Amino acid sequence: MTVLPRSARSFGWHVLCLVIVAVVLYPLVWLAFASVKPPDEILSRLALLPTRFVFDGYTKGWEGAAGVGFGRFFLNSFLVAGLSVAANVLSCSLAAYAFARLKFRFRGALFAFMITTLMLPYHVTLIPQYVIFQQAGLVNTFVPLILPKLLATEAFFVFLIVQFMRGIPRELDEAAIIDGCSVYRTFWHVVLPLSKPALVTTSIFTFIWTWNDFFTQMVYLNDTEKFTVPLGLRLFVDTSSESNFGAMFAMSALALVPIVLFFLAFQRLLVEGVSTSGLKG
Amino acid sequence: MTTLRTPDPPVAPPAPAARGRRGRPAGRRRKSQPEAFAFLTPWLLGAVALTVGPMVVSLYLSFTDYDMFTSPKWVGFGNFTHMFTEDDRYLQSVTVTLIYVLVSVPLKLTVSLLVAMLLNTRRGANGFYRAAFYAPSLLGASVAAALVWRALFMGGGPVNEILAFFGWHTPSWVDDPQFSLASIVLLGVWQFGAPMVIFLAGLKQIPAELHEAAAIDGAGAFRRFRHITLPMLSPVIFFNLVMEAIHAFQAFTPAFVIGGGRGGPADADLFYTLYLFEVGFQDFRMGYASAMAWVLLVVIAIVTAIVFRTAKLWVFYDDAEDRK
Repeated sequence: MTVLPRSARSFGWHVLCLVIVAVVLYPLVWLAFASVKPPDEILSRLALLPTRFVFDGYTKGWEGAAGVGFGRFFLNSFLVAGLSVAANVLSCSLAAYAFARLKFRFRGALFAFMITTLMLPYHVTLIPQYVIFQQAGLVNTFVPLILPKLLATEAFFVFLIVQFMRGIPRELDEAAIIDGCSVYRTFWHVVLPLSKPALVTTSIFTFIWTWNDFFTQMVYLNDTEKFTVPLGLRLFVDTSSESNFGAMFAMSALALVPIVLFFLAFQRLLVEGVSTSGLKG
Repeated sequence: MTTLRTPDPPVAPPAPAARGRRGRPAGRRRKSQPEAFAFLTPWLLGAVALTVGPMVVSLYLSFTDYDMFTSPKWVGFGNFTHMFTEDDRYLQSVTVTLIYVLVSVPLKLTVSLLVAMLLNTRRGANGFYRAAFYAPSLLGASVAAALVWRALFMGGGPVNEILAFFGWHTPSWVDDPQFSLASIVLLGVWQFGAPMVIFLAGLKQIPAELHEAAAIDGAGAFRRFRHITLPMLSPVIFFNLVMEAIHAFQAFTPAFVIGGGRGGPADADLFYTLYLFEVGFQDFRMGYASAMAWVLLVVIAIVTAIVFRTAKLWVFYDDAEDRK
């Protein structure tokens, strides 16, 4: 066995890592350039760089479909994702506080039940839920997308916040209670502020998952007016003509921008959140 | 991080009920605090109205014909027998999904473990690589990423060209029944970052002394991997395996987009959830779709149970900290 000098091994390691980086990031870089290529170059020329930069895809794609602009789809997506974040943070932290700190009958059983729902495929509740929302006249509104979050059905986040709250020293909230704080005020002024890292993680993941969600939004929204970004992009699913490629890739690139920005801003926190809680991306 | 595992009953004095502290006797600790239910209300409502209730209803619906407009008609086990004996597209969706789970999950876990081991050093730029590898896990589930993927694997697209450069001439991946599913598997593997980060956290927990001692005793890199890394990491492998399998069974977006919304060439991309969507929300055969959902639930439960059962054989828990 030959032992390479440290610097050579380190160099080799970096080369290997950079090769993997290149492979992993290639689709994203490819997309960024494809979105500014002339349409006939997108598939026919392998070179990443376009011969000339064309922004037609962006102007054309932005017009959207059926008279509804892509701007509207973005607005809808931001609205749904924003409300989902607020709903999740509020409802999941309330439930988490009860599980982490308060006493009530059947606490163990209810907690176990909550953990079980983590593994439940969404599809077993889908159809009755759809029927309920249909009867209530709420299909084709954003309510079916947000109400479940307001009722803390995303057990993942309840669990995440419970785990975090258990790590907060009990002395802090006990001190507050001795000083005459009610349980509610202790929650609001002591435990909740201390849980900020878990709440931030919850917010970021809720945002990204909602932003990416396609299935639920496709099931519940059918007016072009109500479309979110994934549904707007869906209109391109059948396209195979090159004339539409420009618009398709321009809008795909735009659709990924918010996630990329979130990722760059919270990269450290996201990766840490994954490794401590087992959250999936 | 160990503090996260504090046991439920407080070690410190019992948390006082309600406001103020009037020196309650310790014996009354088991009583419910009235406030607890105020905090639990949203979750309880959700659990009853959106989880348990709908589950019961969908179980009932799975024994009926139901189109949403007329009331459900009881058909006994009709949906289930039809599914397994007459519905070729259903069986196709089962096959496709099983292949996807059996291929993509092990592949993704292998890649993520290898890359995690590569990154498990103290070299500089580690954080950068880790972040770069993790990015697809966030982006990959989107329609946008799947659209890109489809273009990359189209006839005459970059993947065709690059492979041709190396002498391997492939058909248009997305239009070929065999290659199409492979491209979806690769899209899944591309998102190896999330399990990788979890593996990395696990690898950091393995005491360096173990490797050092084994190395001194003459164990080569492969033997150390086989006899130290794998056993010490087995609880993490177990966790990732369960989570990834559950996710893989429910994959939808990539199959929908890459298969052009209809299951791809010769139904090669007809994933289970895709067929369920078609049956439920395009044909409005809600009873049949409910039956499909319950079969999915049962299969996921069985697979999880098998993994948990066999865990005794291959998952190694350090006696010192008996987790789970």
